[in-house]
Amino acid sequence: MGELRLMKGNEAFAEACIRAGVDAYFGYPITPQSEVIEYLMTEKPYETTGMVVLQAESEVASINMCYGAAGAGFLPATSSSSPGISLKMEGISYMAGAELPLIVLNVVRGGPGLGDIQPAQSDYFQAVKGGGHGDYRMYVLAPSSVQEMTDFVLIAKDIAFKYRTPVMILSDGVIGQMMEKVELFDYIPRRTIEEIEKQCPWATTGKKNNRPRNIITSLDLDQYKQEKHVRKLMEKYERMEREDVRYEEFNTSDAEYLIVAYGSSARICQKTLDLARAEGIKLGLLRAITLFPFPNKRLSELAKQVKAILAVEMSAGQMVEDVKLAVNCSVPVEHFGRTGGVIHTPTEVLEALKSKFIN
Amino acid sequence: MEIKDIIKPENLVYRKTPLLTDKPLSYCPGCGHGTIHRLIMEVVEEMNIQDKTIGIAPVGCSVLAYEFMDIDMQQAAHGRATALATAIKRLLPDRFVFTYQGDGDLAAIGTAETIHACNRGENFIIFFVNNGIYGMTGGQMAPTTLPGMKASTCPFGRDTKIMGNPLKITELVANLDGTYYVTRQAVHTPNAVRKAKKAIRNAFEYSKHNAGLCFVEFVSNCNSGWKMNAVQANKWMEENMFPFYPLGDIKIPKIEKV
Repeated sequence: MGELRLMKGNEAFAEACIRAGVDAYFGYPITPQSEVIEYLMTEKPYETTGMVVLQAESEVASINMCYGAAGAGFLPATSSSSPGISLKMEGISYMAGAELPLIVLNVVRGGPGLGDIQPAQSDYFQAVKGGGHGDYRMYVLAPSSVQEMTDFVLIAKDIAFKYRTPVMILSDGVIGQMMEKVELFDYIPRRTIEEIEKQCPWATTGKKNNRPRNIITSLDLDQYKQEKHVRKLMEKYERMEREDVRYEEFNTSDAEYLIVAYGSSARICQKTLDLARAEGIKLGLLRAITLFPFPNKRLSELAKQVKAILAVEMSAGQMVEDVKLAVNCSVPVEHFGRTGGVIHTPTEVLEALKSKFIN
Repeated sequence: MEIKDIIKPENLVYRKTPLLTDKPLSYCPGCGHGTIHRLIMEVVEEMNIQDKTIGIAPVGCSVLAYEFMDIDMQQAAHGRATALATAIKRLLPDRFVFTYQGDGDLAAIGTAETIHACNRGENFIIFFVNNGIYGMTGGQMAPTTLPGMKASTCPFGRDTKIMGNPLKITELVANLDGTYYVTRQAVHTPNAVRKAKKAIRNAFEYSKHNAGLCFVEFVSNCNSGWKMNAVQANKWMEENMFPFYPLGDIKIPKIEKV
């Protein structure tokens, strides 16, 4: 059993970065995620693991510091909340293009614009459909507990190096701010420079005589080479869809109706399942853990079993589009969700299900 | 005398440093970039630090600098070279890290990154090439375009009442506590080239002190963007750019000369 602590989600993420052997964190304050850098600056990992922690002058600078660190073979992490993530999107596109590993946490708040500081899930499109420019995808993990704010750092680290790609942990203000019991994993040492050079022979650590110079760039002015590069990226994303889809099911074995949800909304919907069963409604829940790659295959199987699907998310309806694509019109699909920072209740979800499909 | 009698080591007056690749430069004939590339690579060769040097290329004419310099390099988003360099130098403190940036990259879109990296006293080197114009995109107004100077986005000359004043960013960063060595050079004459190379060497040597940021500006030309031939451009630069951007050291470390 690992060490147990009562922590905020943001603190749990920060502690997990230290323990996972992340090499550097570059951030900029924004509510509701400022505890990440506050925690790191209090823990001072630069005196223990040697992890670099720096408060940058902006989100733009911090994501580009991540680019530099990753280009030199190090694993960087950064975090922000919705408006700040918009600013980081250019850098994320560059990192996807240059094939650089990154862990980026978005503690989503209501939008658009400055919006508010309450929890929301309205950055789904930005995370899953691009956000930055160009043909790229981002591996997106959606935690629904403080525990997963730690555990998903390890998954993100593995995926970031397996595919040489940015990985987003798409959280929200609920999970970032609430405190829960967390079991922490043991410390994993940071890699030595020799280990980095072995694992990342492409990294700019200084050109040795035994190899050509290493270049980190997302530029190729030859459009045919650029197209080839994009095809290579697409092959990575197809491999993710084959090998690294993650999801979780509740009460689906006999379900006649299905909720699809993620993150804190999936947590709320677990209570809806109990309320529905009490009324004799056989309701199941598919919780998407990876939003890209989306659990399309499992969802299309479940669509053969259920009468209708309700996509429940704290937005005006974003993930619902992926649900519709996955089931390809085989069953009715509707959306329900509060937005702008309002959190729906389990009862509201049940009422929506009944009014849309049953009554 | 036969040619073979002339080609002897003792008659060698110039050789290309092997740290410049054989790829033909993408710069216009007469442009200062090629000379500045060569000088930096000569210093890296002379200091025998190829395996310890990491460069950052910007967006601008020198976006492809990594094609010409035989060292490990990263290519940055527009204006963000000093953010990359900050991270690399902090994670690899025993390496020599430099950025190579033009005026648009460093003094317009990247002003925040430039000033904050300088102010934090990051221990890398900034090489800043100032030719008062956006060369790569076809000659638009730069933050350093002189008053009255023509560019494609100020075709009647820079009117400071409408377009604002040129930014003397080198003087600005020299005022920050985090800069250690700030100098302004040029490469338009053999004499200037020698001085510029000395300044580059100083920057690399000073960066060993880990005492702050070393900033070397090169006032340079852009004969294609300025719509002049190479000779006219250098003359115009001497008559117009140098009075506004005077050459020489602006801030030198308070230690003995290296």
